[in-house]
Amino acid sequence: MKSSTKLLLDAASVALLALFLWWAQGHLDGYKVQVLNLVAVNAILAISLNLIYGFTGMFSLAHAGFMAIGAYVTAILILPAAQKEMMYILEPMLWPFSVMHAPFFVAVVAGGLAAAFVGLLMALPCLRLGGDYLGIATLGFGEIIRVVFTNMTPVTNGALGLKGIPAYANLGWNYFWCVLTIYVIVKLLSSNFGNTLRAVRDDEVAAKAMGINTFRAKTISFVVGAFFAGVGGSLMGSLITTIDPKMFNFQLTFNILMFVVVGGLGSITGSLVGTLVITVLLEWLRFVEDTIKIGSWEIAGMPGMRMLIFSLLLLFIILYRREGIIGGYEFSWEGAARFAKRITGKGARADG
Amino acid sequence: MTFDMIVQHFFNALMLGSLYGLIAIGYTMVYGILRLINFAHGDIFMISTYFVFIAIAGMRLPWIPAVALSIAATALFGVMVDRIAYQPLRNAPRISALISAIGVSFFIENLCLVIFTGVPKPMPRFEPLVRVMSLGSARILPLAVFVPAISFILVGALLWMLYRTKPGLAMRAISRDIETTRLMGVKVDRIIALTFAIGSALAAAAGIMWALRYPQIHPFMGVFPGLKAFIAAVLGGIGSVQGAMIGGLLLGFMEIMLVALFPSLSGYRDAFAFILLILILFYRPTGLMGERLEDKI
Repeated sequence: MKSSTKLLLDAASVALLALFLWWAQGHLDGYKVQVLNLVAVNAILAISLNLIYGFTGMFSLAHAGFMAIGAYVTAILILPAAQKEMMYILEPMLWPFSVMHAPFFVAVVAGGLAAAFVGLLMALPCLRLGGDYLGIATLGFGEIIRVVFTNMTPVTNGALGLKGIPAYANLGWNYFWCVLTIYVIVKLLSSNFGNTLRAVRDDEVAAKAMGINTFRAKTISFVVGAFFAGVGGSLMGSLITTIDPKMFNFQLTFNILMFVVVGGLGSITGSLVGTLVITVLLEWLRFVEDTIKIGSWEIAGMPGMRMLIFSLLLLFIILYRREGIIGGYEFSWEGAARFAKRITGKGARADG
Repeated sequence: MTFDMIVQHFFNALMLGSLYGLIAIGYTMVYGILRLINFAHGDIFMISTYFVFIAIAGMRLPWIPAVALSIAATALFGVMVDRIAYQPLRNAPRISALISAIGVSFFIENLCLVIFTGVPKPMPRFEPLVRVMSLGSARILPLAVFVPAISFILVGALLWMLYRTKPGLAMRAISRDIETTRLMGVKVDRIIALTFAIGSALAAAAGIMWALRYPQIHPFMGVFPGLKAFIAAVLGGIGSVQGAMIGGLLLGFMEIMLVALFPSLSGYRDAFAFILLILILFYRPTGLMGERLEDKI
């Protein structure tokens, strides 16, 4: 397939997505729009973790920490000064932070850059560790970030968190960042540097023997992943308008890991499918905690039931589809064309 | 700081440390054999307290049979978790088993949330162990002596089993090379089940003692002790039972001392465990007692 055709198809699908979002904004109710927003933000997080873990093989559990950094930096930059002054009741806010202000786009980029910077600081010592030890050390850094945010009251308002963050993260912004993330990471992976990353993942010693600077490759992958995790956190903060340090505990990291593994490690398509399935499933399952009426019977909603059913479904998926829902398959226009040909071919034969 | 306070802190640290150690043993044994971080272990620790609660408040059993019943039920529960959620994934990529463990963890927590609701339940008191006792002018709980004593006895028994009996030999062999051990005619699955039973029984012992010390039980009480114990297992060198106990004691003492000596830093208590962990990992990448693994090419 010619590259110009592919570019055209890419542009057409982005246009189609934009059209759908424009329709959704006007016609769907607020709750459904919120679910669509969550899908986009979660997709950013899942893809950034997939870059680090699925494509470079670094078991990193620091995503919640990166998200916290992104969310706080952005929230502090977009909250109006007067509101900040009112909110910081435990201790007054430190001077430069109390008056800082930036437009939303700049604030999100700043959140991403702050997370990337912390990721870089983390990478220098951590990436020497391998396998599960890397996972444990990064999990540790994630928790340390959370505890530091809880205690840095003059900057972060401590355990109270930040409330009333301006809700700039609408469908447009979220999907803009989601498409940008996919574009950047797909470009990165289809370049020669992508092959370097896969070589490091498959056999680090062999990659080193081929003359690859594995430390540099791993650091770049980690920092890019951290940047987009920070962006995801920024958007998440503005989307749900309230953040506090407790939100960013290690269970949040596990959720993102779940999107990636359930969709299929090492596949961007897989991350998107995993995110879509789990996010929608988690929201849809909310009905089980409401009061259910069957005829004259009334079953009171039981808290915990939603996650109970969800955990069973998760176990079911992982036990019976261990490679993830789509198992490492990657979408491409060529593949889609072949598939379409096969379908129409079969159809033609059936007709004849 | 007065001498009395030092005595009190010492016993508190000993108690906390040995509880971390007991939980850590479950992590370390499973990791040693299956290379699996059993994230559901903290929840197995939690569920043992509910078993005691049911036995005492529901079945009106006296304390000792209730504790025995709870330990047996928890051991069985641990074996079942392995059978249902981990065994089918033995040959799968390791991350699948890890996600399965996370799924089991969610399942146990929310099962308890649905059955017992999120309102903390009061743990029945066992009077002889929680009546404050004076040692000179220091006031300590008998529990603070009882917990370390029981813990050391249990660890001693476990070490004896590991180094002096056939199943122990089989466990150590599996942690070296599972396939060769299978070829030698060892019933690997049975030994793995035994490992889960022992790890879960120790977690149950720790859970019950924890609930005596902090007498409120709720579905998420296992999350933080579980995480701390996991850190302790890594500190001590994952795969080593002695290491897990040493790591647990080290973590317990460091935490209590930090809060006792620098009360202003007590907000950082949870981060401190991780800082200690990261520092140790940099200097000894496989923990204090861990064997150095060479990279095979």
